[in-house]
Amino acid sequence: MTTLQNKSTTPIAHLNAENIENLGRELDAIRQQVLDTRGERDARYIRAVIKSQRSLEAGSRLVLLFSLFPPAWLIGTAGLSVAKILENMEIGHNVLHGQWDWMRDPKIHSTTWEWDNASPAEQWKHAHNEEHHTYTNVIGKDGDLGYGIMRVDEDQPWHPFHVGQPMWNGINAVLFQYGIAAYDLKLVKNLRNAERRNNPAFRARVKATLRKIGRQATRDYVVHPMLSGPSALTTVTANVTANVVRNLWTHSVIMCGHFPEGVETFAYNSIDGETRGQWYLRQMLGSANISGSQIMHLMTGNLSFQIEHHLFPDLPSNRYKEIAPQVKEVFDRYGLTYTSGPLIRQVASAWRKVIRLSLPNDFPRLLQPQKSLQPAAVPA
Amino acid sequence: MTVTMIVMTSLLASRPIRKVAHLIATPLVPQDFIDLINPLSSERDLRGRIEAMHPETPDAATVRIRVARTWRGHVAGQHVRLGVDVDGVRQWRTYSITSPTDDAKTITITVKTVPGGVVSNYLAHQAKVGTLVHLDQAAGEFTLPSRIPDKVLFVTAGSGITPVMGMLRTYAGRLGDVVLVHSAPTGDDVVFGAEIRALAQTGELRLIERHTGSQSRVTGELLDELVPDWAERQAWACGPAQLLDHLESHYADRGVGDQLNTERFTAPIVPTGEGGPVTFTRTGVEVETDSTTTLLAAGEQAGVLMPSGCRMGVCFGCVVPLRNGAVRDIRNGHITTGAPGDGVLVQTCISAVTGTCEIDV
Repeated sequence: MTTLQNKSTTPIAHLNAENIENLGRELDAIRQQVLDTRGERDARYIRAVIKSQRSLEAGSRLVLLFSLFPPAWLIGTAGLSVAKILENMEIGHNVLHGQWDWMRDPKIHSTTWEWDNASPAEQWKHAHNEEHHTYTNVIGKDGDLGYGIMRVDEDQPWHPFHVGQPMWNGINAVLFQYGIAAYDLKLVKNLRNAERRNNPAFRARVKATLRKIGRQATRDYVVHPMLSGPSALTTVTANVTANVVRNLWTHSVIMCGHFPEGVETFAYNSIDGETRGQWYLRQMLGSANISGSQIMHLMTGNLSFQIEHHLFPDLPSNRYKEIAPQVKEVFDRYGLTYTSGPLIRQVASAWRKVIRLSLPNDFPRLLQPQKSLQPAAVPA
Repeated sequence: MTVTMIVMTSLLASRPIRKVAHLIATPLVPQDFIDLINPLSSERDLRGRIEAMHPETPDAATVRIRVARTWRGHVAGQHVRLGVDVDGVRQWRTYSITSPTDDAKTITITVKTVPGGVVSNYLAHQAKVGTLVHLDQAAGEFTLPSRIPDKVLFVTAGSGITPVMGMLRTYAGRLGDVVLVHSAPTGDDVVFGAEIRALAQTGELRLIERHTGSQSRVTGELLDELVPDWAERQAWACGPAQLLDHLESHYADRGVGDQLNTERFTAPIVPTGEGGPVTFTRTGVEVETDSTTTLLAAGEQAGVLMPSGCRMGVCFGCVVPLRNGAVRDIRNGHITTGAPGDGVLVQTCISAVTGTCEIDV
């Protein structure tokens, strides 16, 4: 993949400025339609999800008090893994986006929410809501393009460090929550020189993150195991497993959002003076969906509707599925590719890119995917 | 269940146990899990449950609320800030408590619907028994002194009867010479009509009903006529601003202004001033406002989580620090200025920007 601006033929060549502004107005209308009908039903939905998640978490942890018995370990670990995934994805990510702020419930509000993730909500909101969602897929501006440890676009310069990126990505997947925390702290950049290292604001952020990690680790690896008495050791393994399962799952889902083939990237200066319509267009081309069942959508926090989420990051997540057909219809009518595929295919596509781009662009492309394996990249 | 709750709550009272419980629940708090079973058990968030509803008049209804154990009771005449979820959105309003003070477990409020009123219409027509509601402790200065005066005058209009009804019920049989002047469009519109007429019949009070659909409104001059000895009475008045304005100037003219206690239900708007940008410092949101937009409305429209209550300047539930700049009270044009460190608090529901301001929300 190459930034849209550096391609010889672009997927938007057929659209003029007026088309793009009309496209923006149509998407605004879809958004308004959701705002006009947002209410009781949506509030009931998120409260039900939160209640189920907390009940599942409490229940699973109770079962794990007897984790010495293998069936209890299995059931408790499975339940806790699902609870942690729901907490991070459908609840945490979306609440922190302000999707539920309209309810004016201080207990379900982006300004008061804290989640079960190493990165403190405040830092994550800045890195994710402000930087990633504003500068989506702009090379040099959106740090999510490779998280600073990987090269995921031909236009990102190659460095020998990138040879190891399949391994970095694997390690990042297992430790994903800590990876996000380090990324939100801009750890690599801030540790580079003494001035940055000693910046009091940076030090305070590091302290907050360490404190949070400490509390979470104490909960999962000290307090709950101690409460389990003879099952202490097996409760530790259960909690480690649940955290790793959650990390692997969220890492996979998030890789599917912007890394698969068919997703476009944008050159550094291409967004200067960007209009509302152009912003929408960039979000449309820069995201990919995951097709699947209702359960899949819930477990991905509706990030399986990454396109809809990027167009309207603050709409309630339960609405993405409902507006998806309308959004798809707009894509079709404007001759744009609505990139979507099953989880396995999208994860594989993203991994192939990570492996391929670990080598310089002009390297003999032994690992380049065969044409038949990337249908999503074919323009409509 | 209740026993479990009490055990859990008392366990949490011990400091080391509380510390461990907080670690078990992090990043949530233990109460978040207890709330799954009993949301009324919270120490920090006062809640209640609607226990019964009954209509008073075609456009007024009484709501009985079972309050949590942490409710500290009220003094007759006080009001309570009530938060309900209407169409998914938490809305706070302030209502006078109409039940007597001897019931520590339930309170009643009586709601008169306002045309287009989101909360009043919800409470009067849509709310269901069993609904969870959010509360603040009772507050307000519109109360009788501990030594009840021998001669009392109540002047009320419309839903202004509600705090007075709370007093009449609480002090039943303990009041001396009481006159109640109450205005409503017609006899059928009188909230608690049957009850106050019965009190009049048993001689508990002298009732003067004014039906403003056919009779003139109460003014100072009319008061001279209806209650010739008004100046000898300690008075409590509650109703529309116009009525209270009349009474205040009448009492002031006679030099007995300190005998009158008023509770205002509506905020008269004086739309002057220039507006300007307001910054909500904690949320980092900045919006441009005009002279008639309150800080509260501006914040809510921008998605800021604004504390709010009566929305008319009575309850101080919306007070937040004015970090810097100047605001104008839309009721009277009063200018309040604040600088960092001053600790000036403003009511956002009746304050509009004048020039520029920053508030800490």
